[in-house]
Amino acid sequence: MAITGLIMVGFLLMHMYGNLKVFLGADAFNHYAHWLKGDILYPLVPSGWFIWIFRLVMLASIVAHIWSAAVLTGRAHAARSTKYVTTKRLSQTYAARTMRWGGVILLVGLIFHLLQFTTQTVQTGFTAGAEPYEMTVGAFGNWWLVLLYAVWVGIVCSHVRHGVWSALTTLGANTSPAARSFLNGLAWVIAVVLFVGFMIMPLAVLFGWVN
Amino acid sequence: MIINLRVWRQANAQSAGKMVSYRVEGVSEDMSFLEMLDLLNEDLTVKGEEPIAFDHDCREGICGMCGIVINGAAHGRANSPVPTTTCQLHMRSFADGATIDVEPWRAGAFPVIKDLVVDRTAFDRIIQAGGFISINAGSAPEAHSVPAPKIQADRAFDAATCIGCGACVAACPNGSGMLFTAAKITHLAMLPQGQPERYSRVKTMVAQHDADGFGGCTNIGECAAVCPKQIPLDTISALNRDLMKSLFKKDGK
Amino acid sequence: MTVTDYYKAGADIRDTKAPAGAIEKKWSTRKFQARLVNPANRRKLTVIVVGTGLAGGAAAATLGEAGYNVLNFCYQDSPRRAHSIAAQGGINAAKNYRNDNDSTMRLFYDTVKGGDYRARETNVYRLAEVSNNIIDQCVAQGVPFAREYGGLLDNRSFGGVQVQRTFYARGQTGQQLLIGAYQSLERQVAAGTVQMHTRHEMLELILVDGRARGIVTRNMVTGAIEAHTADAVVLATGGYGNVFFLSTNAMGCNVTASWRAHRKGAYFGNPCYTQIHPTCIPVHGDTQSKLTLMSESLRNDGRIWVPKRAEDCTKDPRQIPEEDRDYYLERIYPAFGNLVPRDIASRQAKNMCDEGRGVGPAVAEVDHRTGEERQVRRGVYLDFASAIERLGQKAVETKYGNLFDMYAQITGENPYETPMRIYPAVHYTMGGLWVDYDLMSSITGLYVTGEANFSDHGANRLGASALMQGLADGYFVLPNTINDYLADAPFEKIGQDHPAVVEALAGVNERINRLLSIQGTRTVDSFHKELGNIMWEYCGMERTEEGLTFAIGRIRELREEFWSNVKVTGVNEDFNQTLERAGRVADFLELGELMCVDALVRRESCGGHFRAESQTEDGEALRHDDEFLHVSAWEFTGPGNAPILHKEPLEYEFIELKQRSYK
Repeated sequence: MAITGLIMVGFLLMHMYGNLKVFLGADAFNHYAHWLKGDILYPLVPSGWFIWIFRLVMLASIVAHIWSAAVLTGRAHAARSTKYVTTKRLSQTYAARTMRWGGVILLVGLIFHLLQFTTQTVQTGFTAGAEPYEMTVGAFGNWWLVLLYAVWVGIVCSHVRHGVWSALTTLGANTSPAARSFLNGLAWVIAVVLFVGFMIMPLAVLFGWVN
Repeated sequence: MIINLRVWRQANAQSAGKMVSYRVEGVSEDMSFLEMLDLLNEDLTVKGEEPIAFDHDCREGICGMCGIVINGAAHGRANSPVPTTTCQLHMRSFADGATIDVEPWRAGAFPVIKDLVVDRTAFDRIIQAGGFISINAGSAPEAHSVPAPKIQADRAFDAATCIGCGACVAACPNGSGMLFTAAKITHLAMLPQGQPERYSRVKTMVAQHDADGFGGCTNIGECAAVCPKQIPLDTISALNRDLMKSLFKKDGK
Repeated sequence: MTVTDYYKAGADIRDTKAPAGAIEKKWSTRKFQARLVNPANRRKLTVIVVGTGLAGGAAAATLGEAGYNVLNFCYQDSPRRAHSIAAQGGINAAKNYRNDNDSTMRLFYDTVKGGDYRARETNVYRLAEVSNNIIDQCVAQGVPFAREYGGLLDNRSFGGVQVQRTFYARGQTGQQLLIGAYQSLERQVAAGTVQMHTRHEMLELILVDGRARGIVTRNMVTGAIEAHTADAVVLATGGYGNVFFLSTNAMGCNVTASWRAHRKGAYFGNPCYTQIHPTCIPVHGDTQSKLTLMSESLRNDGRIWVPKRAEDCTKDPRQIPEEDRDYYLERIYPAFGNLVPRDIASRQAKNMCDEGRGVGPAVAEVDHRTGEERQVRRGVYLDFASAIERLGQKAVETKYGNLFDMYAQITGENPYETPMRIYPAVHYTMGGLWVDYDLMSSITGLYVTGEANFSDHGANRLGASALMQGLADGYFVLPNTINDYLADAPFEKIGQDHPAVVEALAGVNERINRLLSIQGTRTVDSFHKELGNIMWEYCGMERTEEGLTFAIGRIRELREEFWSNVKVTGVNEDFNQTLERAGRVADFLELGELMCVDALVRRESCGGHFRAESQTEDGEALRHDDEFLHVSAWEFTGPGNAPILHKEPLEYEFIELKQRSYK
């Protein structure tokens, strides 16, 4: 759970950084997108293979993450088969409480996101075969799509907020009350950076700063 | 004071339970929560009704026998200004005329025996799985032959203050007993005497924890919030560190 | 009736099995003389250990390590909850780590003197001798004793002795030692040598041909009455302070195991020796269920006082001017002041409240002789105002912070602002089942360890000695003496159909059915409270012939009423806490009478036993060594019959007898 989660957080940070290339203009953005699918690590691996290796790692992480979550959820339900009549929360955060349903919603959003931008099965404001820059600008020109995207990124970041803290704790980094505050702070920072980083681009498109 | 109670009544492990309302009169604010229940029980006995079963023993917050979820929080932590056991919670923490919900610890690993009494022998099994230092009586070396750094000894002590009440499990949304397990791991891992079995211990104790039906830890922190002895959450991280290291050690079983 | 009508004189006890020779050699001589059991034969032998506190848990673990087949029982849901856990202060050992001239001999001497010369020299010397091994053992188990920066163990002084020999783990020494023993015990459970029976209460001892061969227990979850047989039985069931209803004991502490053994022939030693601790948090009202002790160290800096005039007792203490306060300990004992021994501080607090000068909430008390109810304030002030002025609040906080917090949590008052209120409470019982040097009772094959026996503390126990005795008995003494008895094996096999087993089971069932069938109108607790009141009033801090004879009569009446008017709800085949308590109170009602008889017969004051008729001109305890230099070991002769008194003369070969003085 912790390791796969951190791999995915790493991916999100990369992804966010890539997205911000949109501000460098259409060519830079498209070039970057093509490079991802091109000859990274060539000639160590044949040209075009990297993206598939990368996708395989991501897929494996997602599957392992979901599998772990399912096991934990199953154990949690068995460990509390009778629910309390009254429950008072003392320390848990909203993020911690919504990890499970949040995770499911996140997954649904992810599938939509892939259908939209990777396979281009769902075309929102662009046509099949559109270049990445054209695709991005076309999609986020819709205010409702930006809104939907904002909600989804919010859920992702909430998941990351508890996830980063929890993963680092599970890996043994919580060594003192001070470390506990630091890790929670770090998780907040990463979550906020991700949210801001992911939202700048669609908002810029929506308000016409990028077109 | 007058207190309205809604108490979980359950005849035994097999039968279904339900909340039953009681009105307790003549409560004084100096009474402990358990003395208020005593008062109700005396009244029920005189009326020929069955008194409410609840566990308690030392009534000074150290034996770990008492444990009730009060208004949704283990040991009534939501009503108490300081970390507390149920026996050290006093009625001055409640308003006159208050309605208080009283429930047992609820966890798969702690089946209800009757009313508010649960079976916590799973905790003993976790200790049996390795929560000790293997030393027979009479074979100990002179106490001063192995100095222990004070900082580590103090940390061992902080973890060793766990009273095994089970509030951590009761409060955990996952029903996990990780804080209890981690407290013992940390206690023994911080002392020089605990080193020889350190990595086998963590493996077997965690395995027993899982086998007993406790949930997994997702680092939510409710456990440490209700802990009457303030066992810190970082003990769980210490356990995880040892568990990871144990994967690379040969002395695991 | 005269005093002699209350008992019959029996034969003296002359041999306690302690070997002859120099006191330093006795224990090693005894260990060498004791026969052994071959390791291969040990697993064929079963030992029952009742209780899982320091004495029981340590004994069960150690016997398990030795390879015996151990059956261990406790009434709690886990062995870790035994009341040893509540001990705060520390544990003594003659390590002399402080280089302050401590030694086994000095610990021995202090303990005998502290016990007011009513303890058996041989046992106490052995206790001092093994004290060092206990510390080694506990450290090796991972008990986190307080340490200094150099990594070595810290010591503090305790209980008014002149050396620093007390090892401690903050204010939770009992808890840490018990968890050490508990972990060793669970290790043996995992190894399969110890079979643990939690939530089981011993209700009867099984005797076959005069030997202890098993016990009858009630499974407190299902109500099943079960017989467990063994080759020897060890009782480590703690003290009986709960006969007073209010004490610092846990709610479940009881005398039933000891009393059942007593009824079957085990002598009860010195039942009247009770320790009353002066610094407890006072009673808040008539629904109080137990009392909480605060460390005696508070008296080092706190000043104890009550108002001079009764009409000031309801005032805010801060409004009472200095000249209207009576610092009575400083007034009566100018030399020792607030640091007089526990019994004196306790008795004077009671005197002040009896005079009507107590403070705190008024609690209803019934005068048992007239039936009149009166309101009495049971509390005296323990004032830190001058200490705070002298040392500053910060220093007081560092020294006593945790105690102040505890006080604030229980009373809701801030002790930094208003004086604390304290009152004495029953804390420990020095008396218990009589045992010989091997810790065997007067029943062959029945051993008694820890607070349950009478052996080491005489008439008064020193601070930090209870933990020492429990662990000494459990880890080092019993495991080395019980072999000598078990070497007689094999014993006759006892099946579930043995007549003795059948009879014991029938007796227990009959008693439970009787308790359940009375269906009277009074609750068990109301009987217990009344018994406690009587005991506290007449067999508490100050005892008189008149009071004790009255109490005996009143207890007999109460016992009769109990057996005709108690109300026990529910059935046996269930988790039934009312039934559990009823059985315990029934035994307390018999024990209470014996305590009063013992106190009546011992017409002297010694340690925790103060007879008003035996005091010096200054009101101090006055011993009568000519008449009472003996252990009183009582034999049961049937319910309601006069018990037989066996005297074990105390011989002081190595320590000179002295009368104590604190003026």
